[in-house]
Amino acid sequence: MTQPFRIKGAGTLPHTRTIQFTFDGQSYEGYEGDTLASALLANGVHLMGRSFKYHRPRGVVAAGPEEPNALVGITRDRARHTPNVRASVQELYDGLNATSQNRFPTLNFDIGALNSLMSPFFPAGFYYKTFKWPAKAWDALYEPFIRRAAGLGEAPTESDPDRYVNRFAHCDVLIIGGGAAGLAAAQAAAEKSQSVILCDENPAMGGWLLADSDIQIDGQTGAQWAANMAAELATRDNVRLLTRTTGFGYFQHNMVGLVERITDHQARPEPSQPRERMWQVRAKQVVIAQGSIERAMVFPGNDRPGIVLAGAAQKWLNQYGVSVGSRIGVYTACDTAYAAAFDLHEAGIGIEVIVDYRKVVDETILAQAREHKIEVVLGATVAQTTGRLRINGMQVKTATGEQKEFDIDALLMSAGWTPSLHLYSQSRGKPVWDEASQRFLPGESPQDCICVGGCTGTDSMEQVLAEAERALGNKPRKFDIEDDVSTDGGIIGATGNSTEKGKAFVDFQNDVTAKDIALAVREGMHSIEHVKRYTTNGMATDQGKLSNMHGLAIAANLLKKPIPEVGLTTFRPPYTPTTFGSFVGHTRGPLFDPERKTPIHDWAVENGADFEPVSLWQRAWYFPRAGETMHEAVDRECRTTREIAGIFDASTLGKIEVTGPDAAAFMNIMYTNSWDKLKAGRAKYGIMCREDGFIYDDGVVGKLSDTRFHVTTTTGGAPRVLNHMEDYLQTEFPEMKVWLTSTSEQWATIAVQGPKAREIIEPLVTGADISAENFPHMSVVECKVCGVPARLFRISFTGELGFEINVPADYGRSIWDAVWRRAQPLGACAYGTEAMHVMRAEKGYIIVGQDTDGTVTPHDAGLSWAIAKSKPDFVGKRGMMRPDLVREGRRQLVGLKTSDPGKVLEEGAQIVEDPEQPVPMKMLGFVTSSYWSGTLGKSIALALIEDGSLRLGETLYVPMADEIIEVEVTGTVFYDEKGERLHG
Amino acid sequence: MAKSPKATRVLPNQDHLTSNAFVTLEAAPAASRISLRASPRGAAAFAKNIGFDLPAKPSTSKSKSGVVALWLGPDEWMVFSESEPEKSLQPRRDHREYSATDISHRNTAYIVSGSGAQATLNSSCPRDLSQATFPVGACSRTILGKAEVILYRTGKEKFRVECWRSFAPYVWGLLVSGAQDANL
Repeated sequence: MTQPFRIKGAGTLPHTRTIQFTFDGQSYEGYEGDTLASALLANGVHLMGRSFKYHRPRGVVAAGPEEPNALVGITRDRARHTPNVRASVQELYDGLNATSQNRFPTLNFDIGALNSLMSPFFPAGFYYKTFKWPAKAWDALYEPFIRRAAGLGEAPTESDPDRYVNRFAHCDVLIIGGGAAGLAAAQAAAEKSQSVILCDENPAMGGWLLADSDIQIDGQTGAQWAANMAAELATRDNVRLLTRTTGFGYFQHNMVGLVERITDHQARPEPSQPRERMWQVRAKQVVIAQGSIERAMVFPGNDRPGIVLAGAAQKWLNQYGVSVGSRIGVYTACDTAYAAAFDLHEAGIGIEVIVDYRKVVDETILAQAREHKIEVVLGATVAQTTGRLRINGMQVKTATGEQKEFDIDALLMSAGWTPSLHLYSQSRGKPVWDEASQRFLPGESPQDCICVGGCTGTDSMEQVLAEAERALGNKPRKFDIEDDVSTDGGIIGATGNSTEKGKAFVDFQNDVTAKDIALAVREGMHSIEHVKRYTTNGMATDQGKLSNMHGLAIAANLLKKPIPEVGLTTFRPPYTPTTFGSFVGHTRGPLFDPERKTPIHDWAVENGADFEPVSLWQRAWYFPRAGETMHEAVDRECRTTREIAGIFDASTLGKIEVTGPDAAAFMNIMYTNSWDKLKAGRAKYGIMCREDGFIYDDGVVGKLSDTRFHVTTTTGGAPRVLNHMEDYLQTEFPEMKVWLTSTSEQWATIAVQGPKAREIIEPLVTGADISAENFPHMSVVECKVCGVPARLFRISFTGELGFEINVPADYGRSIWDAVWRRAQPLGACAYGTEAMHVMRAEKGYIIVGQDTDGTVTPHDAGLSWAIAKSKPDFVGKRGMMRPDLVREGRRQLVGLKTSDPGKVLEEGAQIVEDPEQPVPMKMLGFVTSSYWSGTLGKSIALALIEDGSLRLGETLYVPMADEIIEVEVTGTVFYDEKGERLHG
Repeated sequence: MAKSPKATRVLPNQDHLTSNAFVTLEAAPAASRISLRASPRGAAAFAKNIGFDLPAKPSTSKSKSGVVALWLGPDEWMVFSESEPEKSLQPRRDHREYSATDISHRNTAYIVSGSGAQATLNSSCPRDLSQATFPVGACSRTILGKAEVILYRTGKEKFRVECWRSFAPYVWGLLVSGAQDANL
């Protein structure tokens, strides 16, 4: 017979559609609406996993997200494998393929279970005690061991083919949890015309109402009432209902992260559907209705398959129509387990005994037990259980010390209910200890947030509903409620003498026992934060949903301190495990980061360029011709540019328009140079410092008129330079009449460099005389190029005669083509950033960020000439006067000539005076730029060296791994020292 | 030597067009644009050039005869016109009280329209775009993913998305991705 534990007439599943699935290769049947756990239980399967440390056989314990044991891998195909799925929440679908984890070779026979026999050697703090010394063993032995032992499940090896999406949303009220409290709150808010989002992690709204067979609200069963409420809410335009949606994180300013699972329950997901949708909700008010989580009892042998939470058993019966066994025992300290036992008994299942830890229990409940003819033993403990892969018996110690044995195949347990404070705590709320009910409850809310229902410790349904209405500012309505189940009772901590004897598990997933916590306390851990880390209690993926309170109580009891003094650990996001995919959302592949391309980019692609990333930009690096290596291509590009001409796409340069009557005054403040004497139509190289006197950026600035400057910045520096300027303008000099606008992308910039540069562009230019006499080096003019308004600069970053044509970007490609049509027949070439780097280094032009690193002043960089000493003030002036910046022995930029001209130094290589000195050597400085210069037929390098400017001609050494390279300190200009070529 | 022929204008996104049952995404035509930074007096002075007062309230816009002015900050507006894209809105002479800088080619724009327009944008834009807080005519400098954009609601179900030209492929990619999830 299939599904022997499916109970006829029980549960709310329609049983209309049978579903086939496999677990560890074995085929089973379940019904539509089942979870993997309920379907396996219907087939009598309790053993679903092995524990982390001892590999003990484990069954499913809980029917919700708190499940610590039944973690399985779900495989759809090679790329779609999800490890550590909780069987208690995975919905069944046709063909579902689940496998157990942490076992070898099989779930029934696992070699790792030997760890359990070795458990005396794995005490609390085992890792701290064992992996201490010798230090050398760490790399070779300890880390590999820990890595092998760490982690559960197997990650898929292929990239995830599923699509994930993201949605930002705003609402008046976000309600997390669609149980009785959440539904009532949603209705109250909806009726006030507020925009509402109500989410629940389950497939249907209703929460615990779906599992409670007793309660009646307004004459309906709990499940009917919830279904009707949800249906009514769904008709409203101002309400968004999200099922299968977990509120996993509560962040600042009422930002709450929700993950909606869209296809994980489907047999054949539509390819058009995303797998998950992340909702980033900003809510005016948040209502947390998370409910509460039942605790396990802590007693020796409490982890055998077949031992389950009483509430879980009740849910499996009343919702899924499944019994967890046929001869069932109960061990409880809370009234709710009686309701579970009665429900099972009424469904025809044998209840062998109810062992109640309490000496006194309400008489009406005991009377009900007598009606059901169920034996109740008060003031007793379960001393031990038996059974290898499934519980088959328990020993009970009565109040009088008598031993009683019971043959059972399942055991329900309840130590009471812990209000769920996860999201409240994440909102930075501080839980408050309630001595009377022995539980932490939400205190004040630091954000606009209110907790209602079970998570506030409110137990009666009448009060839960009233609380929800009050949270929305409504006067509570009167509901007609019958047969509300008592939740009295509960215990936190271990029962019997399980802190001394036997394995009484507190944290099932991490295999932490009551004895482990006792040991941690004995070894000096007095705060729960220490106990937690020493024992790993509560540190598994279930975040201690079952174990935190027990661990805390055991420690507090042994320390003889009140619980709040031992402390409560902070809850952190995510509430339940959340996929990486949901966080990534749309932003994968080309959408991970913007990839910026210039208007001329496609030409470079068509002409075979290799590209390099420069900040977010893709820049043409070099243009190899057939058979050329990079080295050969760069050599050719440099040579051609110096002999004929080269054209270069400089569009990525940052550009800022600085305008207004005070523009020159502002430039005087922001740059070290003086701008007073610069005439309109002329350009100047400018250096920008930070307040501390160090170089921040540089670039050529053209003065278009007395009120308008065209400022250029480094490619990567464009955004920060604008921010830097805007910051000073707004905070220090708000009285200045000057305005800043980024024009980086308004202009495409085409550099034409080399002896034939003028010949190339002259026919394209109208409205300006660009002859050598009338348009000298460092000039700018507004003119037309190919009929388009342009800003033409005569500047050079190569040391050759050079121009930079700025045209509106949409014309960039067209004008580049026109320039190329002129350049190519003359034998000119296009060159990339590598040739640009070589040529500028030959001239000793620095690159900010390569030859400077944020600790280099203009003086250090040999740019003292660019500092206007007469100016009363500029950003960095006072910084440069600091004693450390004027002392001797600062590193200064110099050139290096290798004794062997063919030897190219490594950038970043360190430089010393005496290579024979003992290690560690005294480092004088390091190489900042280094290239092979084809033009000069030798290597060139720039370096920052202590007192570099005083060392010209000195021989220094660059010690490398396999050789010591001799270098001579030189000036920074290697090519055309007099700068004659610039003025061609 | 004969002068070269006049250069031709190539928009960075001119072939961008797609639609589904809920949303249509398309590149906006070429436009003339300026970034206007101005003192209060400068704003009044500039208004004479376009024939209407600049919007003074945060996140609002004004338009007349095809010229649109978007409020971006207490001293900042973007003014654009699609009617004469080659005619610069930048006055010939600089003014003492404002700065008008041509950014016609710096920016490009997409039009997002349809019942799923808002959902498409909210897949990557964290701003509240509900009608109540972002009505027709509202505008805002905000982000779409990692890109800075200016959103301008031109209709109940229609938005203009302005971005810098090199960010256009990225913005387009996000919009296309968002459009696939625009049915709710």
